[in-house]
Amino acid sequence: MTIDGATPLGATTPEEVAFAQEVPRGEPILEVRKLVKHFPLTKGILFKKQVGAVKAVDGVSFDLMQGETLGIVGESGCGKSTLAKVLMNLEPATSGSVKYKGEEISKLTGSALKAVRRNIQMVFQDPYTSLNPRMTVGDIIGEPFEIHPEVAPKGDRRKAVQDLLDVVGLNPEYINRYPHQFSGGQRQRIGIARGLALKPEIIICDEPVSALDVSVQAQVINLLEKLQGEFNLSYMFIAHDLSIVRHISDRVGVMYLGRMVEIGSDLEIYDHATHPYTQALLSAVPVPDPTARESRDRIVLVGDVPSPANPPSGCRFRTRCWKAQEKCEREDPALTVRDWLEGRARHDSACHFAAERENG
Amino acid sequence: MSTVAHQARPAREEPYTGPLLDVRNLHVEFRTRDGVVRAVNGVDYSVSAGETLAVLGESGSGKSVTAQAVMGILDMPPAAIPQGEILFRGRDMLKMSKEERRKIRGQKIAMIFQDALSSLNPVLSVGHQLGEMYRAHRGSNRKEAKAKAIELMDRVRIPAAAERVNDYPHQFSGGMRQRIMIAMALALEPDLIIADEPTTALDVTVQAQVMDLLAELQAEYHMGLILITHDLGVVADVADKIAVMYAGRIVETAPVHELYARPAHPYTRGLLDSIPRLDQKGQELYAIKGLPPNLLRIPPGCAFNPRCPRAQEICRQEVPPLAQVTEDDGTPLAGRGSACFFWKETLHDD
Repeated sequence: MTIDGATPLGATTPEEVAFAQEVPRGEPILEVRKLVKHFPLTKGILFKKQVGAVKAVDGVSFDLMQGETLGIVGESGCGKSTLAKVLMNLEPATSGSVKYKGEEISKLTGSALKAVRRNIQMVFQDPYTSLNPRMTVGDIIGEPFEIHPEVAPKGDRRKAVQDLLDVVGLNPEYINRYPHQFSGGQRQRIGIARGLALKPEIIICDEPVSALDVSVQAQVINLLEKLQGEFNLSYMFIAHDLSIVRHISDRVGVMYLGRMVEIGSDLEIYDHATHPYTQALLSAVPVPDPTARESRDRIVLVGDVPSPANPPSGCRFRTRCWKAQEKCEREDPALTVRDWLEGRARHDSACHFAAERENG
Repeated sequence: MSTVAHQARPAREEPYTGPLLDVRNLHVEFRTRDGVVRAVNGVDYSVSAGETLAVLGESGSGKSVTAQAVMGILDMPPAAIPQGEILFRGRDMLKMSKEERRKIRGQKIAMIFQDALSSLNPVLSVGHQLGEMYRAHRGSNRKEAKAKAIELMDRVRIPAAAERVNDYPHQFSGGMRQRIMIAMALALEPDLIIADEPTTALDVTVQAQVMDLLAELQAEYHMGLILITHDLGVVADVADKIAVMYAGRIVETAPVHELYARPAHPYTRGLLDSIPRLDQKGQELYAIKGLPPNLLRIPPGCAFNPRCPRAQEICRQEVPPLAQVTEDDGTPLAGRGSACFFWKETLHDD
């Protein structure tokens, strides 16, 4: 496949193609454009001056559709958790825009912000540290009602909490117990019940099962899928376990060093990846099938992820990429559909030389 | 390149033909305020030189405690070993004097821990910590020790080892720190390495590098390797044989290919079935019901019976022994055992 001899497909522009994917799409509920979050690096104690910035999220754009699950994968330090915090408005964005149902929310403050937050909730990674050990389960799950009393009037709260416990598969009689009386999987269910309390439309799950035992992970994944159908939730599912992300996601985005490097439907990403980093990531995942270990064609990347305080020029992956050319050093590749790609390979990929692997 | 080790190595003792390490009927318990926690309840396994045994289990299955008992690094009390034998080259380490054990630990059996950052001393340079092995065990002077530290760092492929030897642990990335831990374990060329979740704290792309390195060095030095993990993927990649642990017992042993193709214990089958597979997309994942048992109150009979889809009355009353698994015609399958009364039925499940 030659890169120069690329033939444009008819009159369709890359933008049009990007939105004509086979995945059934609802309305976008969350539109993220060029989102940037830099953490300043300062020097000095009395007279602080900025000497640089950790570019944790550096220009990320994507849409989250109504009722879909968008998986976000990437290694530690790629900015996936910071992205979640910025979307939740727990960290103010440095620049860029986040629109919830067409309304800009990244600059909101006060009561307007409070109203939007009701609709975007979060489930955290570690069910051991994200629950206050001195509060009963009833207080933990009921606390969102204190902040948003319009959802459940005072008299109904106990009943509302018991219903939530029932929904996530815990005995409603446990309402007066403390977090330490529960196992990891049960605690994660409590975290999910708290996330559901305000009847949100979007739930951002940040590594919701990675702290759990293998035999319990499947239970929590099943619960999340059941709840999505029941309450028509949109999930953003952040994880590093690629097989779980594939199972639960409709679309998957791959992040590297603060950037989205590839995004597409689960089939497009897992079977027709065109970005070298995605290919390396997929090939490095240990497969629970010993017969695959001989046949598998693994790409072992050299070196470590560069520091986000001082990312490489041009393409950020070029320092570890086997395809890197001079162009990669000069030009930052855009996240777009390259017009020489065909079939399922036609999806957004931020590589100048995007192509499927020869022998998959 | 392997000069580091060869010149420093003392003469080997007489050739020994049996397994390198043979753990027999090991029991470990912890006496706590709430009662006796039975963490390990009769574990048998063996490893030969050049072989990789993977010990697979969830948290609380006793896989790490077994390894710590082998290393002799359990705090006793509260831990106690009421019965069992740990034979290293045919000699029971539990009956050795403290001095004898100390000679084996580090020199003959080395351990790699999960979290490299908390296993390294933050206020000493890595070169100092690597060299310490030679100063303490081989009586090398500072200069020799440092030269050997650099060679070791080269062996585990840390770039620019000579410049980085005086760096401190926090100046290295997670993958590099784990390489230093591997270097430290290799320093005295042990016969056996116990790696307790060596790549769990690392990212997938770095995980692959570290596992490759470990496998390569193992082949080169012809060491035995015990790999303790909860990750079915890592196991499939590197192990020769597998022991699956549940509630302090080995519930199944098998060569790696056979375990994945035809598990003979319902717990193993449940674990394999709960991995998301391509053809199950959009369907409910198989989940083992219930929770791992509390080790203070292990259920009577088979510990897995409250969660087992196959449980019968006998499972609630008798503890199933680790039985030899055979083909239908009675030919025993080499290295296969299952602690389930219904292993035959499980083997034929599909």
